[in-house]
Amino acid sequence: MTKPKPKPKLKSKTAPKAKPTPKPRPQLPKAPTGIQGLDEITGGGLPKGRPTLVCGGAGCGKTMLAMEFLVRGATEFNEPGVFMAFEENAKDLIQNVASLGFDLKDLAARKKIVVDFVYVERNEIEESGEYDLEGLFIRLGSAIDSIGAKRVVLDTIETLFSGLPNPLILRAELRRLFRWLKDRGVTAIITGERGEETLTRQGLEEYVSDCVIVLDHRVSEQASSRRLRVVKYRGSTHGTNEYPFLIDADGISVLPVTSLGLEHIAPIERVSSGVARLDAMLGGAGYYRGSSVLISGTAGTGKSSLAAHFADAACRRGERVLYFSFEESPSQILRNMCSIGIDIQQWIKKGLLQIHANRPSSAGLETHLAVKHKLISEFKPQVVILDPLNSFVIGDNEIEVKSMLIRLVDFLKTRQITGLFTNLAQSGSPVEQTEVAISSVIDTWLLLRDIDSGGERNRCLSVLKSRGMAHSNQIREFMLTDHGVELRDVYVGPEGVLTGSARLTKEAENEAAMLIRNQEVELRRIELERKRTTLEAQIAMLRAEFAVQEVASSKIIGQEKAEKAQLAQGRVDMGLSRKVDAKPNKQKGGSK
Amino acid sequence: MKTNSDRPAQSEVKKALGLGASNRYILNLYVAGQSPKSVNAIANIKKICEENLQGRYELDVIDLYQQPQLAQGEQIIAVPTLIRKLPPPLRRIIGDMSNTERVLVGLDIRKNA
Repeated sequence: MTKPKPKPKLKSKTAPKAKPTPKPRPQLPKAPTGIQGLDEITGGGLPKGRPTLVCGGAGCGKTMLAMEFLVRGATEFNEPGVFMAFEENAKDLIQNVASLGFDLKDLAARKKIVVDFVYVERNEIEESGEYDLEGLFIRLGSAIDSIGAKRVVLDTIETLFSGLPNPLILRAELRRLFRWLKDRGVTAIITGERGEETLTRQGLEEYVSDCVIVLDHRVSEQASSRRLRVVKYRGSTHGTNEYPFLIDADGISVLPVTSLGLEHIAPIERVSSGVARLDAMLGGAGYYRGSSVLISGTAGTGKSSLAAHFADAACRRGERVLYFSFEESPSQILRNMCSIGIDIQQWIKKGLLQIHANRPSSAGLETHLAVKHKLISEFKPQVVILDPLNSFVIGDNEIEVKSMLIRLVDFLKTRQITGLFTNLAQSGSPVEQTEVAISSVIDTWLLLRDIDSGGERNRCLSVLKSRGMAHSNQIREFMLTDHGVELRDVYVGPEGVLTGSARLTKEAENEAAMLIRNQEVELRRIELERKRTTLEAQIAMLRAEFAVQEVASSKIIGQEKAEKAQLAQGRVDMGLSRKVDAKPNKQKGGSK
Repeated sequence: MKTNSDRPAQSEVKKALGLGASNRYILNLYVAGQSPKSVNAIANIKKICEENLQGRYELDVIDLYQQPQLAQGEQIIAVPTLIRKLPPPLRRIIGDMSNTERVLVGLDIRKNA
């Protein structure tokens, strides 16, 4: 699961150009945590053989993180670990982490993990003279040796300050302890409670300076969210942002979720959306099986109805559908869908459809995700519907919601379950913009819109995107009838897109206009014909006139020619009679 | 190392019932090897016991280097640690036992007893 690769890439990018040979830089050895996302942020894990401080307020998940580090190390990386608990006893700890699916008893039996509960009770302890913590060292040392541990967790060592007198001795001993841990070469996590002005109450960050991770659990708008930040990582680059994280049935997962491999198989099978006309818009066959579909739109645009159609169609094919509703109760959904002619009651009776309705505020995101995971694993549906998604967004936890969605979508995809989500878009705001965040995980995105004109609201549907299919670019008018959803072509003309009665009016107008235009065309044709005949008559007349003139002209030309010939003959005769020897031309030249 | 005087069965029973300070004391001293603190602690506690609890105490000195598993079993963190097993309640005294007053308070022994 861990990919230490992004790290070297990063390094080589920042490496100075002066180096002639791109030698691989010596990397700080790292111990992968196996925690989703954390290894990405830290570029491969925690510093190997060194202590790491994990601090944060109460209930922020320190113990969970430490425990997961240990359990994953033992199970996935073959690095046994010692968990030294100062706050919870072994029994409680085993119970608490069992909820994450960690079987500590079994791991302990297989010599993968040792849990040692350190009990310190101030009332029972009296101090007389100097002491040291050699007992703890011996204890830890023997635990490490007993299983050949490579990892150690001390949770929360600061408890010693309240349990033992003489903080000066303690401080000196803790410093020795962390040095000792380094010498033993174990990768350690030391947890610490957040202090007033320092990272930890007792200033442990002073002693543990290789890597410091701060966890935070904050509440905004009554909704809590967990965040993680790598404050310091000596000798390594690391992500410095605050990353939200979740604790669920699989343990901790930190965003970015790039740790989730995109390896799911994409089926080519298509499933009907339940609306024939919509299938036609989606390349003629509907959604891809195993894809994620988002239907977003403003209030009352028919998102749930489209979802119900899809559920109905899936049940008709004999598939199982899991419907999570966050706004309506099951009976409300049944009633409302009956009103548009979809009887989903029958599918519930047949056991093909399950509706789970609860308010998003009923639990934290992690719990919701865990519940969904569980239900999906149990019911094994082919289709999962979430209606609507945005009710999870309370305050500014959008990133967490996105993380939840991404993980849910990935989970669904690996199981080739088609996921359909509805999302209420705020009217007035550009829909495309508000949902940029979740667009990346959505394969097919349908947009429902209200068009408000001519004193009425009409619904429109368009396909914003649909990966891997030739989808229609047309807007369709979307109608909710008593026999379900119907899609109609909209009027597209010079006045724009018209829907509803405006569309009907416009269509009638158009027809009338067409009629008038046809008549006009006919009129023009007749007019043209008339002009043509007139012109042709004129042309004939002109031709006749010309013919007359031609005859007259050729007659005159004939007469002229005859006269000319006569005149010339007369001149020759005269010359002969006068005995002219020279030619008239030479006479002319001689005179010059 | 075991230092004890007579141990009749009867007092054992009484002690188990926790009857008064005059009863038997069972003390375990956990040390780490021959460190100066350990050596001091052994010497100090022996002296205190002899002076105050003569004849009614049992003192076991345990070297954690020899028996490291006992550190976990007995919840030892600090060294040296003296544990008063009996009479109840369980008491712990940490340090090299150089402060006699504190040791006596910790063991709940009245000086004039």
